[in-house]
Amino acid sequence: MSSWDRFTDTFFNAKVMAKYWPDILYGVGVTVELAVLIVVSGLLAGLALALIRALAIRPLNWLIIFIVDLFRSLPPLVIIVLIYFGLPAADISPSGFVSTWLSLALVLMAFAEEIFWAGITSIPKGQWEAARSTGLGFGQTLTNVILPQALRLTIPPLTNRTIAITKGTALGTVVAVSEILGMASSAMSNSYNPSPLMMGAAAYLVLFLPVVVAGRWIEKKFAWKR
Amino acid sequence: MIVSAKGIHKHFGHLHVLKGVDLEVAERELVFVIGPSGSGKSTLLRCLNRLEQPSAGSVTVDGIDMLAPATDINHARQRIGMVFQSFNLYPHMTALGNVALALRKVAGKSRAEADALGLAALERVGLADRATHRPLELSGGQQQRVAIARAIALEPRVMLFDEPTSALDPELVGSVLAVMRSLRESGMTMIVVSHEMAFARNAADRVVFMDDGLILEQGPPAAIFENPAHERTRAFIGQIQRH
Amino acid sequence: MIQSFFNPEIIVAAMPIVLAGLFNTILLSLIVVPLGLAGGLVLAMLASVKSPLVRWPLMAWVDFFRAFPPLVLLVLLFAGLPFAGLELGGFACVAIAFFLNTGSYYGEILRAGIDSVPHGQVEAARSTGLSGLQAMGYIVLPQAVRNVLPDLLSNTLEVVKLTSLGSVVAVPELLYQARQAQSITYNPTPIVMAAVIYFLILWPLVRLLSRLENRALAGRG
Repeated sequence: MSSWDRFTDTFFNAKVMAKYWPDILYGVGVTVELAVLIVVSGLLAGLALALIRALAIRPLNWLIIFIVDLFRSLPPLVIIVLIYFGLPAADISPSGFVSTWLSLALVLMAFAEEIFWAGITSIPKGQWEAARSTGLGFGQTLTNVILPQALRLTIPPLTNRTIAITKGTALGTVVAVSEILGMASSAMSNSYNPSPLMMGAAAYLVLFLPVVVAGRWIEKKFAWKR
Repeated sequence: MIVSAKGIHKHFGHLHVLKGVDLEVAERELVFVIGPSGSGKSTLLRCLNRLEQPSAGSVTVDGIDMLAPATDINHARQRIGMVFQSFNLYPHMTALGNVALALRKVAGKSRAEADALGLAALERVGLADRATHRPLELSGGQQQRVAIARAIALEPRVMLFDEPTSALDPELVGSVLAVMRSLRESGMTMIVVSHEMAFARNAADRVVFMDDGLILEQGPPAAIFENPAHERTRAFIGQIQRH
Repeated sequence: MIQSFFNPEIIVAAMPIVLAGLFNTILLSLIVVPLGLAGGLVLAMLASVKSPLVRWPLMAWVDFFRAFPPLVLLVLLFAGLPFAGLELGGFACVAIAFFLNTGSYYGEILRAGIDSVPHGQVEAARSTGLSGLQAMGYIVLPQAVRNVLPDLLSNTLEVVKLTSLGSVVAVPELLYQARQAQSITYNPTPIVMAAVIYFLILWPLVRLLSRLENRALAGRG
C-alpha cells in the first residue's frame, strides 16, 4: 500500500463513509434546525429589545444595557455549560438542544440589539421631528420612517454576526446535542476511523461556505458610500 | 541636461496616454507644462520619477537611468521631489513628522538631525511655527506648503509639481505660489503642471503645450502665450484666459 | 438557590482551581491574539498584491477558514491528526486552530483597513524614496489600524472568549478548571464563578466597543 493509499484509506475510508453518512445527514438536519431557531428567535428578541429601548424608560434601558453587555462578555460555551449543568441544581433540566438554542439565541439577541440600536440612533433627529410634525405618532414614526432607514444600515454587521453565532451550533456537541460535530465524533469513536470527521467537516463547508460568500456579497452591496 | 526623457509611451490598457514624448530640462530651468485635461501632463510627470512605469522610452535624471532594473529607485527618488494636487500629507503625523520621515528612513539620518533639517525646510516655506500641528489642523495652503517642505528637505536636484494649486481655495493659492517663486530664485530645477497662467508668464523659462499624449509646441512664455504656432494651442490659451 | 449557585464554602474551596484556570486563559490569550494578528497581517498584505494568482487562492483560504466553526477545526486537529501519526497536545491544537481561524478574520479586517487608506498616501511616500514595505509600515498600516480599530478590538474580544474552547481538548483554562471543580464538588458554583470572572474581565472592553461602534455607525448614517 502506498502512503497515499494509506492516507485515503484512513481519512476517506469508503466503507466507513458508506456506513455513517446517514448519521452525518441526520446531524446536518439537527444543525440546520438549531440554526434556524437561533437566528429567528435571536434576531426577533434583539429587535424587540431595541424597540423597547427606543421608548427611553430609564430603569428599563439600564436593564437592557446590562443584559446586552452580559451576553456579549460571556463566552457562548460558558453560557451553554451554565444552563445545561447549572440549571438542574434549580430543578430545571433543559436538554442539550434547548440549552444550546437558548444560549446562542441570547448571545445573538445581545449583538442584534446593539446593532439595531446603533442603526436607530444613527438616523438624524430631524427625521423624527419631520415625521412627528406631520402628525405621525411615536410608533408610526418608528415603523414608517426610522426603521426602514435604520435596518438598511444594520444589514452588513448583522449578517456577519449572525453567521458567526450560527457556527456556534457546533458547541452543542459539548452537551450531547446530535448535531454534525456530535454525530461525527461519536461515529469516529465507534469506527476508530476519522472518515466521519472528514465528512462532518465537509458538511460544515457545504453549509457555511455559501453563507460566508453571500455575506461577503451583502457587505459589498450594502457598503457605505463615503 | 539634468532631466532627459526620450520617446516616452504609456498605455493604460487600451488607452494610449503618452505617444512618444521627448522632454529635456536644463539645470536651474523652470519648465511649465500646460494642456487640456487628459492630455497626459500628469502621467508624463509621474513617469519621470517612475510612479508610473513607461511602456517605452528612456528617462535619465541627474545622470541616473531611472528605468534600469539595477537602479535603486528609492535612492534615486530622493533626488526628485514631488508635490501632489491633493497634498497627500500623512494625517497621522505632525507637519515635522511628515517632513522628517524620509530623512530618517531613506537618508538614514538620526532623529535629531532629521528634525533639525525638517525644521529648516519648514522654515523655508514659512511654517516653522506649525511644526507640531497635524495636517487636519492646517489650511489647504499650509498643507501644500508642508508637502513642499517634505520634498525639499531631501535636497532634491529636481522638483515636480502636479497641479499644486488646483485643490486650493483661490485666496490660498498665492501663498503656495510665493513659496514656489522663492524656490525658483534659489535656483531649483522645476517642472510644473498647472493652470496658473500668470505665474507661468512671470516665472517660467519655457512653456510646453501638450495635447493628446504629445508635445505640440514649446518655447518662451511670451511666444507661446502671445503668438502660438498651433491652432490647438491658441484655442486652449484663449479658453483659459477667458475664465 | 444561594447554596446551589453562590455557595460560599465552595467559592473558597474552588478559588485556587479557578484562578489557575484564569491564569491559563490569560496566557492562552496572550499567545493566540498576537499569533492571529500576525497571520492576519500577512494575509492582508498579500491581498494588496493585485495579481489574480495571489488573490483567488487567498480569498479561498480566508473563506475556507471562516466557514469552519472553530470547534470543528479544533476537533479535526486534536482527534483527526493522530490518525495521521501526528499527535499534538491540546495547547498546540488550540494555537494552530486559532491561528487559522482568527488569522482569517483579522486578515479580512486589516485588508479593509488597508483599502481605506487613499492611494495618494503610498505615492507620496514612494516619491520621497521610501520602499514599498516602508510605505506600508510607516504610512499605510498606522492609518489602516486606526480606521478599523473597533473591528480589531471586537475580534480580539471574540478571540479571548473563544479560548474557552480549549476546555474541550483538556487545556486547563478557566472553563475547564471550573468544570473540574464542579465535578469534584457536585455543585455548579464554580461555573458561576468562571462566568463572573469572564464578565468582570471583558465587560470594560464590551463597554468601550459599544461606544466605538455606535459612533462608527452613526457617522455613516
